[in-house]
Amino acid sequence: MQQDYTYAVARIRYRETKLLSDADLGSLMASKDVDSCMRLLRDKGWGNNGELTPDSLLKLEEKKLWDLTAEIIDDLSVLNFLLIPNVFHNLKVAIKCITRDIEPDGLFISNAVEDPEKIYQAVKSREYGDLPEYMRDCAKEAMTTLLQTSDGQLCDIIVDKACMDYVYALGKESDNDIIRLYCELFVASADIKIAVRCANTGKQQDFIRRALAKCDTLDIDRLCAAACESRDAVLSYLGTTEYRSAVDAITVSMSAFEKWCDDYLTSVLKPQKWEPFGIGPIVAYIIARRNEIKAVRMILSAKVNDLPDQTIKERLRDMYV
Amino acid sequence: MAEILNNSGLFLALLGAAFATFMAGIGSAIGVGKAGVAAAGVLSEQPDLFGKVLIFQLLPATQGIYGLLVGFLILSNVGLLGGGAQDISLLKGSLYFAASLPIAFAGFYSAIHQSKCSVAGIGTVVKKPDQMGKALILPAMVETYAILALLISILAVNGINGIQV
Repeated sequence: MQQDYTYAVARIRYRETKLLSDADLGSLMASKDVDSCMRLLRDKGWGNNGELTPDSLLKLEEKKLWDLTAEIIDDLSVLNFLLIPNVFHNLKVAIKCITRDIEPDGLFISNAVEDPEKIYQAVKSREYGDLPEYMRDCAKEAMTTLLQTSDGQLCDIIVDKACMDYVYALGKESDNDIIRLYCELFVASADIKIAVRCANTGKQQDFIRRALAKCDTLDIDRLCAAACESRDAVLSYLGTTEYRSAVDAITVSMSAFEKWCDDYLTSVLKPQKWEPFGIGPIVAYIIARRNEIKAVRMILSAKVNDLPDQTIKERLRDMYV
Repeated sequence: MAEILNNSGLFLALLGAAFATFMAGIGSAIGVGKAGVAAAGVLSEQPDLFGKVLIFQLLPATQGIYGLLVGFLILSNVGLLGGGAQDISLLKGSLYFAASLPIAFAGFYSAIHQSKCSVAGIGTVVKKPDQMGKALILPAMVETYAILALLISILAVNGINGIQV
């Protein structure tokens, strides 16, 4: 039976009023030090009553987001597309820690749909059957590859490709436009980054082919051929796709392209602020809140490291509200 | 056979009364329930909005009352309320049944759609409490069609009462 999100959306409507706006980020930027930023954030309802470090504040806010989500949605599997990358990250950590014989203390992302310890034990004992079906093959292949070649990068692309394929499949399965769009953009932006980086470092066609994942908005064969040729060929190909407006950003830097992706997603999500039904407003809120936490993390890091405001301004994403 | 046909008239009239009441009632129950779920969501975050969201929740409740009114009129006209049921011909019973249809269907669908509008209105009030008046007018517009259907049902029930068939 299809879930009814009326209650959840009503709660999200209130929470949206508490999101930080561009003006709020401006105030944070204008603060003279970290303590002033933390005070401003506390006034906005961030943190709890106790004294927190910037890092623990951000962790607490991330936890609050997922606690709220778990409270308002009965079946969280509908949001797997947002959490699956964490599972694959944990798989990479497990494989690398096991092959290097080190303990993965503090390296796992706890907010994932699968228990990291279970993944670690399954990989350690080579009992790949204990892993979820969608990661069995890639776990075995990545582990074997790393043991045989000691090539961490190759291990990473095997796991990352499996992650992208699974997110793409989740998008295809979903009947929600926002989820489909997010999954498509997730895979396409990863493919573009891989293609540009491979072109920059002169990777071979086999490697590029192995790393790129299928998506609807890019022709992987053409992208692969362009990446083998040069960075300009990649940009030239992207100019013929719906990502032509990203070419300028890629020319500047990859972080500018990441900002372009986030801003593009935010602009697509904005109409969800007026949508009273469905999972769309909840997905939009979660993505907006994650972007907000990312923006605050950047500002706090800049304040801690005494970086110029301009460096941060270039990287700050458009806000949802 | 003749006796069955005679009783069928009363049965159809009663069916009309029941139809008007339960169709519009079901619509209102679904509508009030849906708006209530959204209202509960808001109240868990902002309890001071209770008065405002309660109005939105109650908007889809009126269709059930309209259905009850038409059902009541039919029962009254056929004499079932006073304890002395009249002999109602098959044709007259069918006419009462037909008269109940506007409020039955318009009540059912308008209550459900009004609730969707109410839920959206609740979302507006959460973000902009000062826009309560405007947000309230939008779901109230849906009420127009339930009132039009009620009007036709009442006129038809009263008109049938005077017909000698």
